[in-house]
Amino acid sequence: MDIKKVIEGLHPLERQVLPILVKHDSLNKIIEKTKLPLAGVMRAFQWLENKEIVKIEEDAREVLQLDKTGKEAASKGLPEKRFIQAIKDKAMNLDEIAKKAKLQRDEVNACIGILKRKVAIDIKRDGKEMIISITEHGKKLLNKESLEELFLKRLLSEEINLEELKDEEKFVLDNFKKRKEFVIIQKVRTFRAKLTKLGEKVAKSGIDNIKVVDRLTPEMLKTGKWKGKTFRRYDVKINVPQISGGKRHFVNQAIEYAQRIWLDMGFKEMTGPMLTTSFWNFDALFTAQDHPVRELQDTYYIKDPEKGNLPNKKLVEQVKAVHENGGTTGSRGWRYNWNKEDAKRNVLRTHTTCLSAKTLAELKESEMPAKFFSVGKCFRNETLDWSHLFEFNQTEGIVIDENANLKHLMGYLREFAKKMGFPKVRFRPAYFPYTEPSLEGDVYDPVHEKWIEFIAAGIFRPEVVKPLLGRDVPVLAWGPGLDRMITSAYKIKDIRDLYRNDLKQLKEMKAWMRL
Amino acid sequence: MPTVTLNKNVFEKLVGKKLPLDKLKDRISMLGTDLEKIEGNEIQVEIFPNRPDMLSEQGFARAFSSFIGVKTGLRKYDIKKSGQRVIVEKGMEKIRPYTVCAIVRNLKFDDEKIREVIQVQEKLHTTFCRNRKKAAIGIYPLENIKLPIYFKAMKPKEIKFRPLEASKEMTGLQVLSQHPAGRDYAHLVEGLNKFAVFIDSDNKIMSLTPIINSHLTGKINEKTTDIFIEFSGFDLEYQKIGLNILAALFADMGGKVESMDIVYENKTITTPNLTPTKMKVDVNYVNQKIGLELKEKDMKKHLEKMGYGYESGNVLVPAYRADVMHAIDVAEDIAIAFGFENFEEEIPKVSTIAEGDKFEAFKSRVANILVGLGLIETCSYHLINKDDQIKKMNAKIECVNLSNPTTEEYNTLRSWMLPCLMNVFKHNKHYEYPQKIYDIGVVFKKGGNAESNVEEFTRLGVASSHQTIDYTEIKQILDYLLRMLNLEFKIIDYEHPSFIQGRVGRVIVNGKKVAIIGEMHPQVLENFELDMPVSAFELNLSELFKLVDME
Repeated sequence: MDIKKVIEGLHPLERQVLPILVKHDSLNKIIEKTKLPLAGVMRAFQWLENKEIVKIEEDAREVLQLDKTGKEAASKGLPEKRFIQAIKDKAMNLDEIAKKAKLQRDEVNACIGILKRKVAIDIKRDGKEMIISITEHGKKLLNKESLEELFLKRLLSEEINLEELKDEEKFVLDNFKKRKEFVIIQKVRTFRAKLTKLGEKVAKSGIDNIKVVDRLTPEMLKTGKWKGKTFRRYDVKINVPQISGGKRHFVNQAIEYAQRIWLDMGFKEMTGPMLTTSFWNFDALFTAQDHPVRELQDTYYIKDPEKGNLPNKKLVEQVKAVHENGGTTGSRGWRYNWNKEDAKRNVLRTHTTCLSAKTLAELKESEMPAKFFSVGKCFRNETLDWSHLFEFNQTEGIVIDENANLKHLMGYLREFAKKMGFPKVRFRPAYFPYTEPSLEGDVYDPVHEKWIEFIAAGIFRPEVVKPLLGRDVPVLAWGPGLDRMITSAYKIKDIRDLYRNDLKQLKEMKAWMRL
Repeated sequence: MPTVTLNKNVFEKLVGKKLPLDKLKDRISMLGTDLEKIEGNEIQVEIFPNRPDMLSEQGFARAFSSFIGVKTGLRKYDIKKSGQRVIVEKGMEKIRPYTVCAIVRNLKFDDEKIREVIQVQEKLHTTFCRNRKKAAIGIYPLENIKLPIYFKAMKPKEIKFRPLEASKEMTGLQVLSQHPAGRDYAHLVEGLNKFAVFIDSDNKIMSLTPIINSHLTGKINEKTTDIFIEFSGFDLEYQKIGLNILAALFADMGGKVESMDIVYENKTITTPNLTPTKMKVDVNYVNQKIGLELKEKDMKKHLEKMGYGYESGNVLVPAYRADVMHAIDVAEDIAIAFGFENFEEEIPKVSTIAEGDKFEAFKSRVANILVGLGLIETCSYHLINKDDQIKKMNAKIECVNLSNPTTEEYNTLRSWMLPCLMNVFKHNKHYEYPQKIYDIGVVFKKGGNAESNVEEFTRLGVASSHQTIDYTEIKQILDYLLRMLNLEFKIIDYEHPSFIQGRVGRVIVNGKKVAIIGEMHPQVLENFELDMPVSAFELNLSELFKLVDME
């Protein structure tokens, strides 16, 4: 250990304490000599011990102190002394004694017992009354300091260690203990700091020879006084109190990341309303009007305004036709009478795919090939529990490309999953009313060692694309839910914790760490 | 999603091959069905709603057996003409226009098969028949029926029969009010002055469709060998497919299917007809959609694995397939036969230019400015309790109500952000102060130009709560934010019952009212059970965005 470095690291408190430690080791002494507050010396002790300059020895002792009546006796004299003082010239009855000696009646009674044992008084009866007079022995006692009194004096001036009592003092203590509120025995912890070998070396080498600067001040900078100075070395390993700052909601951090993934892959962002007509949420996506997903127990409907407006007539007619008989798509359609009024009913969007439908409806031929994405909140009529929310985050992607096919769809999805932190993906056939082929992607969760459902995807059916775009161009589409990925990344078990808005949780939540 | 429960022994016999468990699980999921569980002898599989033909042991085994290459290609079904008739009487057009029927003979029922028939009928009713709304199925032992059968409309009062599971005869109306099935499905005949019944030549009512069969014709039991099946509803083609699903199932069960003549007023049709339909599918079309380079003979092989036939450019689609409405459906089945696991994924080199939404970027910018001031972002639901955003806020505003809320706790869409922030304070009242929070979110307002007649705005709510919070502090935050956005603003006096009188203002930017700011009214604090003062502002970011100079 480099002694010089050690000395350079000494805090001003340590510098004050350390020289004294050469001669003294008790806490009280150090406080006395340095005139530092207790806390200051304790901190110095702690730091010195961390640096292995001292070894702290802790000592727990029992210490004797005077209690209320004990303190009174110490200043005014013991009650029995005051008692015989009162009767030294004249015998008295108990009331007179109490008055003259300023004692309580119960104290007077206690004194009689003690003084009788010491043969210091005589008691005579006068009818009912007791008359008390001092004896010769009593007079001698009057002029002599008793053991009790000596002990009392000592107690007044210093704390007495219980272990250090002499035999006669122990005897006196037993007497004191019998008196009410006279003495208390307190447990006291004391600290001694003993210099280690290193400490001795440090102390010997003369710490005053190495001057250090504590704080770099503007003053020093202005005057250039810092030049040639040594700065006190800090213990850089030291623990510091925690602080916290303002921050984005952790879900939004994840959402921004998902947005960036799509942007990195060349996609353009789509946004749009959460409250939409059934037309965009269902009908334009070739979801038959009697499809169970449109029922009240699955989808939130709006009470007022119950209905919205339909887009241009041509589009509405074409959507009607594909539902009823496939229109010009070559499909046979769902074969039922499509109802305009059902399509007007307002819903909270159940997927962001409604944005894709709108985007296709507005897309110009010259803008193809094109890639779009969105990240947004969707809704389903669902009771809140640990694994279900009525609001969820979905990210949506579509690729409109003459040459797009199923292999490309799988390629995009694997890339997205990989960037979200799931390199292992598998695809299974699935079914959705608006895509064909349809697939579901599972990602492997290495933490729980299981596959989790992650992505619903497919190629839009001609019955979706042709009315919206005017012709049947392959449109790859997918809509993975984000929440499972977010809960997995933050190791959240109860999905309601995403939006509990618990400020403690929000302050402590780690930053989104996929980069 | 519907599930089908299979008996493993029966299933393996029908498939014609035993697979090890791993392989079985894998193949089931790669066929586009989902294995729910295997427990002992019971296999439970989830079937996607586009494949009602797979909702039975027979149907699922048929598809699976082809898929794993045991019995591939189109199944041939021989149907004998029975010449028996079902006469659809006049007046059915407005009540229940269509029925298609069949007879199956030579069946051998045991407990297992009876369970199977009940299961498939129930599954088809809930899915394919949309809870009997779109169609309904009746299966009857033939022995108590005197042919021909009549499908006719009768006044509810005149319909008298003893329904299944009932102890006495009831009228049509009594069935609706007293019989459990009647109560469950009464809504399906609501408003009709006549109900549809099947009635035999002895004038015995066989069923009140789509509600309940009669006790007299009874249920299938272990002695039953011959059955009558009917499928009734509103779309003839739909009914036909439904009947075909059942006919194929009973044929696979070992029955001999016989057709019946359904006599309508102006035509007679013979059902079931299990002749496959032809669909023109070009191998190039398929290759283009799924990204493969299949030759015609490969395509034929894959089609056969999915139970199709193929004849010179035409795919023969089994008559029980409800989902094949376009060549793209066939293309998907070819992809499934090829195996989703066998595709070589690729990302095409298509050059497109990425573009983030500008408003999204603006929101993010605003958030970063606020975070710099040490504010914590919270995130509340768009759904909120109506009282929370009106009564508790002392406010008089109109909000958009849900027609079918899951719970009353969340029965409206939020009209403003401050109630959400007040709820956050309420839930954190035992946590350390100061609490300084913000939330950027969408609020909903009736009217405007939106297609839905509801306008959506993105609003920013900022609120701070601690011992010495006052107007100055909240205005400093607003001032800093708007300065950073290079916007000048002024504040005018305003009255708003959510705030303390004389401590609330309207914020104006370029003559537009964009925000409200002030100290929250103690009554509002009390309503949210808070004992710490709150100052807040709510800023319309959608409006502000239009005013920001982005040059």
